[in-house]
Amino acid sequence: MSELDQAQTTRHIRVTVNGVHYERDVLTRTHLGDFLRQDLGLTGTHLGCEHGVCGACTIILDGQPIRSCLMLAVQADGAVIRTIEGLAQADGTLHPVQEAFWDKHGLQCGFCTPGMVTTLAAVLEADPTMDEVAIREAISGNICRCTGYETIVDAALQAASRMRGDH
Amino acid sequence: MKASAFAYHDPKTMQELNNLLGSLDNIRILAGGQSLMPMLNMRYAFPDHVIDINHIADLSGVAMTPAGLRIGAMTRQRIVREHPLVLEHAPVLAEALHWVGHVQTRSRGTIGGSLCHLDPAAEQPCIAALYDAVLHVSGPRGARDVAMRDWVLSYMTPNLEPDEALLGLTLPVWSGMQGHRVGHGFHEFARRHGDYAIVAAAALVSLDAAGVVRRASIALAGVDVRPVRLEGAEQALVGKGLDQSLIAEVSAMAASIEMMEDAHITPAYRGRLAQTMTKRALTDALNRATGGRNV
Amino acid sequence: MGARYFGAAVKRLEDPKLITGRGQYLDDISMPGVLHVAVVRSPHAHALINAIDASMARDHAGVVAVLTADDLGDIARKPMPMMAPAPMVKTPLTQSPLAHGSVHYVGEAVALVVAESRAVAEDAAAMVMVDYDPQPAMVDLAHALKDGAALANKALQSNLAGTLKGGFGDVAGVFAKAAHVFKETLSLHRGGCHAMECRGVMARPDPSGNRIDIWSSTQSPYMVRRALALCLGMDEASVRVTAPDVGGGFGPKAVVYAEDYAIPMAARHLGRPLKWVEDRGEHFVATTQQRDQLWELEVAADAQGRMLGVRGHCLHDNGAYLPYGVVLPVTSMSSFPGPYALEALEISLDVIYTNMVPNTPVRGAGRPNTCFVLERLADRVARELGLPREEVRRRSFVQANQFPYETGMKARDGSPVSYDSGDYVQCLDLAVAKFGSDFKARQDKARAEGRYIGMGIASYVEDTGLGPYEGATIRVQPNGKVLLLTGAAAQGQGHKTVFAQIAADQLGITPQDITVEAGDTSLFPLGIGTIASRVAVTGGSSVHMAAVETRAKAIKVASQVLEAQEADLVLEGGFVKVSGTDRQVSLGQLALMLHGNFGQPLPAGIAPGLSATAFYEARQTTFANGTNLCEVEVDIETGAVKILRYVVAHDCGTLINPMLVDGQIRGGVVHGIGNALFERMIYDENGQPQTTNYGEYLLPLATEMPRIEIVHMESPSPRNPIGVKGAGEGGTIPAAACVISAIEDALSPFNVHLASHPVSPQDLVQLVDQG
Repeated sequence: MSELDQAQTTRHIRVTVNGVHYERDVLTRTHLGDFLRQDLGLTGTHLGCEHGVCGACTIILDGQPIRSCLMLAVQADGAVIRTIEGLAQADGTLHPVQEAFWDKHGLQCGFCTPGMVTTLAAVLEADPTMDEVAIREAISGNICRCTGYETIVDAALQAASRMRGDH
Repeated sequence: MKASAFAYHDPKTMQELNNLLGSLDNIRILAGGQSLMPMLNMRYAFPDHVIDINHIADLSGVAMTPAGLRIGAMTRQRIVREHPLVLEHAPVLAEALHWVGHVQTRSRGTIGGSLCHLDPAAEQPCIAALYDAVLHVSGPRGARDVAMRDWVLSYMTPNLEPDEALLGLTLPVWSGMQGHRVGHGFHEFARRHGDYAIVAAAALVSLDAAGVVRRASIALAGVDVRPVRLEGAEQALVGKGLDQSLIAEVSAMAASIEMMEDAHITPAYRGRLAQTMTKRALTDALNRATGGRNV
Repeated sequence: MGARYFGAAVKRLEDPKLITGRGQYLDDISMPGVLHVAVVRSPHAHALINAIDASMARDHAGVVAVLTADDLGDIARKPMPMMAPAPMVKTPLTQSPLAHGSVHYVGEAVALVVAESRAVAEDAAAMVMVDYDPQPAMVDLAHALKDGAALANKALQSNLAGTLKGGFGDVAGVFAKAAHVFKETLSLHRGGCHAMECRGVMARPDPSGNRIDIWSSTQSPYMVRRALALCLGMDEASVRVTAPDVGGGFGPKAVVYAEDYAIPMAARHLGRPLKWVEDRGEHFVATTQQRDQLWELEVAADAQGRMLGVRGHCLHDNGAYLPYGVVLPVTSMSSFPGPYALEALEISLDVIYTNMVPNTPVRGAGRPNTCFVLERLADRVARELGLPREEVRRRSFVQANQFPYETGMKARDGSPVSYDSGDYVQCLDLAVAKFGSDFKARQDKARAEGRYIGMGIASYVEDTGLGPYEGATIRVQPNGKVLLLTGAAAQGQGHKTVFAQIAADQLGITPQDITVEAGDTSLFPLGIGTIASRVAVTGGSSVHMAAVETRAKAIKVASQVLEAQEADLVLEGGFVKVSGTDRQVSLGQLALMLHGNFGQPLPAGIAPGLSATAFYEARQTTFANGTNLCEVEVDIETGAVKILRYVVAHDCGTLINPMLVDGQIRGGVVHGIGNALFERMIYDENGQPQTTNYGEYLLPLATEMPRIEIVHMESPSPRNPIGVKGAGEGGTIPAAACVISAIEDALSPFNVHLASHPVSPQDLVQLVDQG
């Protein structure tokens, strides 16, 4: 392949991540997960497979849960992103999903956890009435090798209840 | 697993896209990325040029037209699945999308991407075949329409010249004639939720007030490089009262079509699945068309 | 002092950091100036290497170096030592850190590419030209010992690494007199570990060349240290190894790998910090796994269905090398006779070299294998004699009044294996009671409706708490907080919480007052590794011992300070108090006192520091057990299996944190279900791996997994001070057997007999059609 035009291999992008505005030059071949981890130092989002199955790299982009390994960083120009690091409030109050994971032992090694929590935060914010079947379907794109999923489901049900405002 | 280097292009108009497609070699189109990005990351594909079409205006959207339900190629699967027009006029498409990947896949994946990637077991091409969809193609030589039955040239190869792109598709929806009711069904057999189907079956039936089939369409995914319409079964249904024994009879036809072979699934088993999925899809269609009154 | 935290479902100390994305896994650790490594790996299952031309790769922009075995010298060419001795293996083969002259499995490491980024390193790796001379590959286990079979390595005369033999009793006599003898041919496959975090190694050499810091996503930092110190000719004290946050281990991360050697070697060679992160594609071909065993077995039973004897033979695929010696097949052997009070046993197991990824323990190690074959035999006896399957177990189990029970087997040190405590019948009865007694009626009704449900059962005994030791140091700080240092690192098990619970009870503080540091060889001097369900026993006991000693010291010093009798002192709320008075002194003040000050003598007879170090030595393993029952429905039109219920009755002795134990059980069961229904690492006849991504290799997902109902009983272990038994693998050990048992029961109207796993839906449809 001949020398590539600079504009085609590097681009300047602007993204908002967890409320913070960033401007960076990125290689166009770099995927969004690597951009968040390496360029922005947000290592909470993990890479488990880099082929779009394990879900560990899930982030919330423009309100939707997506696999950051399946998007080029350059495609996130102009996007508003939330990652695991941005789910808790500024004062440290945990997101109900985070709180529930802690309460219900929803994590063991913690590697799949950012993707799991982020996926659940996104889907439960959109619909906190989800039942167990819907929750299991919602996390069917997130693989956990440690927990067997049951405590994750329990955590999701607890978070959903809190997010509905149940007492 | 990092993608090899490529030149990245993000055309803003169809004109720009056509120009790129006409002038570059070794290209991959980046739509939703759910199929292409794994291939890039794993270096199963190493294009010189990646053309990101996410910035081209007017490629997404769902609208009713006189010809049917028109869906732009770049419409995200999540949007299609939840769209009121789809739910009203082509609910079987929404049902099929329940089986497509996972929530993250559907956030980014596009209907056009699936229709161009053409995995033999994919659900969206199956639905397109079910409806005899019309696909709208654009290129430097102008626009053209392609019937779904002419769309799949061979394994994972759509009817697109190298410098053409898919704009969208139109599903000629089944409107109920006076007193007729349309019922749909979709059943898929996959190892786990969200996996590509081994075999999937989609069915549409239109029943008159007496429960007689006036129109039927049955499409299978996963049995051939292209979705297969069970035309023999469809003809066997028309003019008859739809009940479980007729369903069983026509479903058996699904088992006897020629099945594709692969290293893991025997033709006999694939045929068994085709038969079972067809039966279940037709049963759901019957129940929906009759409000569940018949079994 | 009561047990306030020991036995309680304390929320994990590990979680706040992990749920907010502040974990520090290997690839998260930033290192100024670090260079990134991609590994050139063999594309052939068996080949000679004629030459390596790295010139194009070296010239590629951004590449700093391309290193082969020859570039790094003898330390890279010399085969790595086996991690466990295997004297019965005549030709023990291990890999070199980088391949030298030949390769023996697809994925074997051949060269390192060092570059400014991983992407560039991968670009350059594709440019390394290796001139291979492919050789025939040995892949078919069943033919490995037949005439004309390809040899997996040219150094071998035969593919047989060695034969393990085990047993006891008068086998011939028992079989001759038995009322019934049944034969089974069984095969099973276990796959990879698939921790969600792949492996990784980072090394930073000190500029002087005298020290090196290594980070590895490992279960055994001390073994990495030992191996590297030996290989690099350095003092162990100059080699610091840290296991950071580790995203799952499940066994294969306990092995010291080629990359664990090669990355530090390369870092020293270049004088630069290097990082290598395994990607998932590599994990399939470069991290150890388990694969196939082929068994031929006979069981002898009496007229009442009591199992008297088992004899038979196994062919065991151990892959291209023996990095872990024969520990894996040994665990299969040593898991006999399971929970059964057999009178006679005779097993021989051939360990076979093949041209595939080496096999080492994956969660359960060889124990799920032995459980599967024993449980298939028990089910066979039941079916042939028309007895309920649980009844065959009740009659055949070691009975409660037989403990401690010498099985007849010998441990590795030659001592007799003795099950210490338990009541296997009671545990089974607990499972049966939880499952309910209406199953047969429901099954009959379902069959009448054309639905096929089945019940499965599987029981096991597990040796846990493997020696030789683990250790802990407890150190009270002047601010009253406690530092707990240990060698026993975790990969998700929650050791920090469990250890803090133990110590908190002794010291009268809260677990949150305790900071636990583990897995850093510079912080704690000696350790073994986290494997084999051993750390609750060894680590936990050592923490208990250190905490008891610290407590005793606090009381001794406080009795002087408070001028009170030791017997009148209690530890509560961070203070040592004189019971019934308001006289107290804080632990922090005591610690400060024992830290001393210029010229001020410490209390007489007291050594500096309010701290203690203890090692717990486990000279005998301690035996956990359980029975699992499950209910499945099989769709005979598609072969799909749905697990409707899963019940676990579990005895791992005293529970330190029931919530964490349940977590281990659930995760383990789901792994076993994966082995029963989904996971198969497929190789073709040329030794080419066919399942190298998660579309092809299927892991269990949330949508297909059942809720798991758990009932505990506690038969404390008499073999350690806290009465615990290990719990990390007890979920996995019986699960595949249980699911297979259930499917066979569901399909019994079709005379289906299952003799292998995994089973696919297609397999089941074919079996039903044949029946």
